[in-house]
Amino acid sequence: MTSLRTRRRRTAPRTPIPIVVLAVIAVVFFALPLLALLQRVPWSDVGDLFTASAPREALLLSLLTSVIATTCALVLGLPLAWVLARTQLPGRHVIRAVCTLTMVLPPVVAGVALLAALGRRGLIGASLNDWFGIRLPFTTPAVVIAQVFVAMPFLVLTVESALHSTDRTVEDAARTLGASPWTVIRRVTLPAVRPAILSGLVLTWARALGEFGATVTFAGNFPGTTRTLPVATYLALESDVDQAVLMSVLLMVVSFVVLVSMRDRWTGAIGGRR
Amino acid sequence: MIDRQRRTPRRVCFASPWRALVAGLCAIGLLGSCSSDDTTLTVFAASSLTDALDDIIAEHVAAGGPPIRVSYAGSSTLAAQIIDGAPADVFISANPEQMDAVTTVIDGHGAPVTIAHNSLVIAVERDNPLGITGLADLERPDLLIAIAAPEVPAGDYARRALDAAGVVFTPTTFETDVRAVVTRVALGEVDAGIVYASDIAGRDTTDDDTAAVAAVPLGHPDAAGITAEYPALALDATNAAAVDFVAFLGGPIATAAMAARGFGPP
Repeated sequence: MTSLRTRRRRTAPRTPIPIVVLAVIAVVFFALPLLALLQRVPWSDVGDLFTASAPREALLLSLLTSVIATTCALVLGLPLAWVLARTQLPGRHVIRAVCTLTMVLPPVVAGVALLAALGRRGLIGASLNDWFGIRLPFTTPAVVIAQVFVAMPFLVLTVESALHSTDRTVEDAARTLGASPWTVIRRVTLPAVRPAILSGLVLTWARALGEFGATVTFAGNFPGTTRTLPVATYLALESDVDQAVLMSVLLMVVSFVVLVSMRDRWTGAIGGRR
Repeated sequence: MIDRQRRTPRRVCFASPWRALVAGLCAIGLLGSCSSDDTTLTVFAASSLTDALDDIIAEHVAAGGPPIRVSYAGSSTLAAQIIDGAPADVFISANPEQMDAVTTVIDGHGAPVTIAHNSLVIAVERDNPLGITGLADLERPDLLIAIAAPEVPAGDYARRALDAAGVVFTPTTFETDVRAVVTRVALGEVDAGIVYASDIAGRDTTDDDTAAVAAVPLGHPDAAGITAEYPALALDATNAAAVDFVAFLGGPIATAAMAARGFGPP
């Protein structure tokens, strides 16, 4: 693997021009709107952003819920990815499609679906309400549920495709050497797809952090309990565009810092492994 | 793969990026020219007008008017889009403030015309099972209540109505637009919400259970006096079709169509 890589690098010292041109267009496509947003930031008001309680409250709620949602996605998504990749379960193509549908669904529709299932009159929600007095909509757990619902597919798909491309003979070898199925998963399979798990986690977290439509539809909007930073930003857009720009930049900066630092951490970890 | 790349003549390597670039520029050009022809009138209208305006446009087109396309959204969103240069010919706002925001920035606009009023009502489930009779009942602690966020006009009016009636309660949720409040009530997620009368019109008699809501009057004279005003504006006074349409909006046919959808006269 390593030798192949170095050889490829040697035979293609120059990147083909079409690739460079198109890649530059792609970078400009991403960077231009973000820079334009930065250029609109009322820098003199930046201080207010941190003294005002509303944006801080929304940011903390966003961070809290997105981290919990990512954890939930890991706990549920990892086994799902393994089942999809490693078993001969009949109809697993259908299962995969169902479990990743929320990626393409308009988020507001995802929110409506959650209401239909877990709302006060929902399929299960009605019983939860009648039997236990549990009402999920308009609560912080509802925010987490909405985020898991739309973000978990990113983890499942990333890990599943990594599981497909790993060398299964190593797992077979471990098994013939007497390792139990559980040990094989823990000591062979999971370490092999570790980078995919990490990148899947970051994708999931980023999607959860930016989640708006499903959250506002299923969980509503109340300061401190369900008003996440994207919801607060959207509302600020209605009344105070400067505030909205500041909050979106805040969201961008937080995501940017996390994405960059995570990237370094996990590539470093892989390098250390080899 | 590697070998094939090495054998590829360099000439082709140079030709293809230009081809790609030209193709890309063509695509951008196509997207840019995608806007419709000159005769179509583009109307930016507050989303609370959706049903009424569709009726009015049908009447206007039937009377020989030009084709009209409408972008419905919250008034403040539309105002921001117009100020940023969105290609609107006519703007209909759900409140005078957003209209003022546009008229102070845009030059050469026509005169704003008030085309309708909208009063506030309490949306409850059909048949009003919880017996809500007015704003004062919203203080009942057992009720889940949705109102629009104060940042959007419907929320601002709701807050003013509550202040006028001296009613104080903590809503369950502040929805980002007024139609979401209606949906909450229709789905049974909340027990009541404060919405425009036009949002309820026709929905108390619908066969569709999931869309059914009923209206309860605010039950307080001062609160009932708070109504939303809908001004319409031709953004370019020299655009005859736009000026005509705004005049049509203020006329008797439009007023009747608005009344059928729960709006009050201008």
